[in-house]
Amino acid sequence: MGLLSELPPGASGRIVDITAQSASDPIAERLHDLGFVAGEPVKLVSYGPFGADPLLVQIGFTRFALRRSEAARIVVNTEEAAHV
Amino acid sequence: MSDTTLARPPVSIALVGNPNCGKTALFNQLTGSRQKVANYAGVTVERKEGRLVLPSGRKVRVLDLPGAYSLNATSPDEAVTRDVCLGQHPDETQPDLLLCVADATNLRLHLRFVLELKRLGRPMVLALNMVDAAKRRGILIDRDKLEQELGFPVVETVAIRRQGAAALINVLDEHRLAVPAAPTTGADLHAEARRLIASAVTMPQPTSPIDEAIDRWVLHPVWGLLILAATMLLVFQAVYAWGEPIKGIIDAAIQWLGAEVTALLPAGILRSLLVEGVIAGVGGVLVFLPQILILFFFILVLEESGYLPRAAFLLDRFMVGAGLSGRAFIPLLSSFACAVPGIMATRSIPDPRDRLLTILVAPLMTCSARLPVYALLIGAFIPDRAVFGVFNLQGLTLFALYAAGIVSALIVALVARYIGKQASEQALLLEIPAWRVPNPRDVFLGLRERAGIFLRRVGTIILALSVLLWFLSSFPTPPADWSRPAIEYSFAGHIGRGLAMLFEPIGFNWQICVALIPGLAAREVAISGLASVYAISAGDGTEQVLATTLASSWSLATALSLLAWYVFAPQCLSTIAVIRRESGSLKITLFSVVLLAFMAYAAAFAAYHLTGALQ
Repeated sequence: MGLLSELPPGASGRIVDITAQSASDPIAERLHDLGFVAGEPVKLVSYGPFGADPLLVQIGFTRFALRRSEAARIVVNTEEAAHV
Repeated sequence: MSDTTLARPPVSIALVGNPNCGKTALFNQLTGSRQKVANYAGVTVERKEGRLVLPSGRKVRVLDLPGAYSLNATSPDEAVTRDVCLGQHPDETQPDLLLCVADATNLRLHLRFVLELKRLGRPMVLALNMVDAAKRRGILIDRDKLEQELGFPVVETVAIRRQGAAALINVLDEHRLAVPAAPTTGADLHAEARRLIASAVTMPQPTSPIDEAIDRWVLHPVWGLLILAATMLLVFQAVYAWGEPIKGIIDAAIQWLGAEVTALLPAGILRSLLVEGVIAGVGGVLVFLPQILILFFFILVLEESGYLPRAAFLLDRFMVGAGLSGRAFIPLLSSFACAVPGIMATRSIPDPRDRLLTILVAPLMTCSARLPVYALLIGAFIPDRAVFGVFNLQGLTLFALYAAGIVSALIVALVARYIGKQASEQALLLEIPAWRVPNPRDVFLGLRERAGIFLRRVGTIILALSVLLWFLSSFPTPPADWSRPAIEYSFAGHIGRGLAMLFEPIGFNWQICVALIPGLAAREVAISGLASVYAISAGDGTEQVLATTLASSWSLATALSLLAWYVFAPQCLSTIAVIRRESGSLKITLFSVVLLAFMAYAAAFAAYHLTGALQ
């Protein structure tokens, strides 16, 4: 178990939970709408060049650039490294 | 399929779908050149409507709604899409039919939104777009099964291919379109999308191997930045190398037209109005059209291919450090050529706050029109001598002027970020779409739209302001025995003398103040303004004579003060007009003008008094 923002490049896992930072966290809601929901396989593809930020994340058939603070809302289980 | 069908054939259709689903390409395919582009009232969201004539002869209005990931809107674009789909938009009637567009290679994400829209219980058709790309990647979609599960027609389209929407047009022409039964709202849309994909789609692997191979280079921390630098170099090289010659041709054509009209009409008010007001004023702005089009050609190609989000990915952290977002980079870089296309390019920034901030700082990037003024004053006042053996003092001054613009933009952005700190966290959440070969028709229609916006500006507000400036500089006409330059006798001359009091603390004499008035039309026009105030007749070597005259009549402090003024001053009506249009707000436009004027005055004041103290 860990945060998506702490994975090394190339690592993958399954989403366990999205932690909202407040009662109505629009970023957490948007992550949910974009498909970041429990049970989905994710992969951290690579980092941006400055300060290893943002992160390039593969989810389903889609890739997103997420800032570190955004990816820190995503709890993943790396034990269950599903094929992404 | 449900038994309920539409009572009457649909007369209005709205295209709705995720960003990057090929929606606009499909809209272009359906409506061709019969499109109208405007803005939704009060917001900076583009409203695109077109007309489709079906084989049966029936005419249908087609609305291209902004791309959205969800009806839970997080941007003004998405709010428009939500309101129109729900029938809650004040200026838009609810469309008879929602034409959902989904990228066949990205169904896991796009089906969720389709299912969310299905909940509205409105008549729907789903266009599975880019089925050709899906087939190439071995993705198999059971269309019949999907249609059966969804309960409304599903058609395959290839928006970028001729006849790629034929099946869709046939379905739209059928009178009996089913209305899906509204499902229960509690169901988990993601679970439903997963179930649909499991039952109707076979997908060998999630991403295309070619895309992954390209991205290994393009998004690489070192190679990616080098590729970005090379791309930008190519774009700006093209803007200058291709744009300048065409600019020369247009310039020559305008001068020829002016000369022809001068020869044709008797001397008098009408001739002066046409030649010095209309032709010179509008022509001075029109010459920027080729460079604007070349720049936009590249921006559209980079956008269509999927490179722009990648550039934003590479630069996001760097730009966030400056209080902006990664997407602000290209508009700001474009502003070094001209702030007008730069500000127009901020449309690729989805976050309204980031977009406004970028619009606000774009005029601080030193545009090419400031260069003639810089060159004249540096040549006249800064000695051409070496500094530390390798640098040239004139070159260093020019560099300092460019740097002053960039540094002040950083300060403005940081201050704005500091003030806005209480505001909620700004999200990136940027989709990196699949690579695509840009479609010439989509690039052409995009270019035509930008050219149209620019030309309408030239034809309306800039024409009106040029005529006003001409009037101020020409009237009242001096009496026959007036021996000094005619402009001194005019309203502009009087206004300039009046302003001289205001500008005296920053070292401007009344001649400079008079020249600044016609210089509002375009920055470089201030040079001809100065030439006419100092009564230097036009001809060969005008600038040389002017430089010598200025060097003998101004102090160094005044010259440096004017240079500092030019780094910031809101001295360009086209820029102000485009800020007004793109921000959609008079308040923001006024704020921008006041901010720039304040910065210009402060910088000129500092330059004047520091030079005075050091001498």
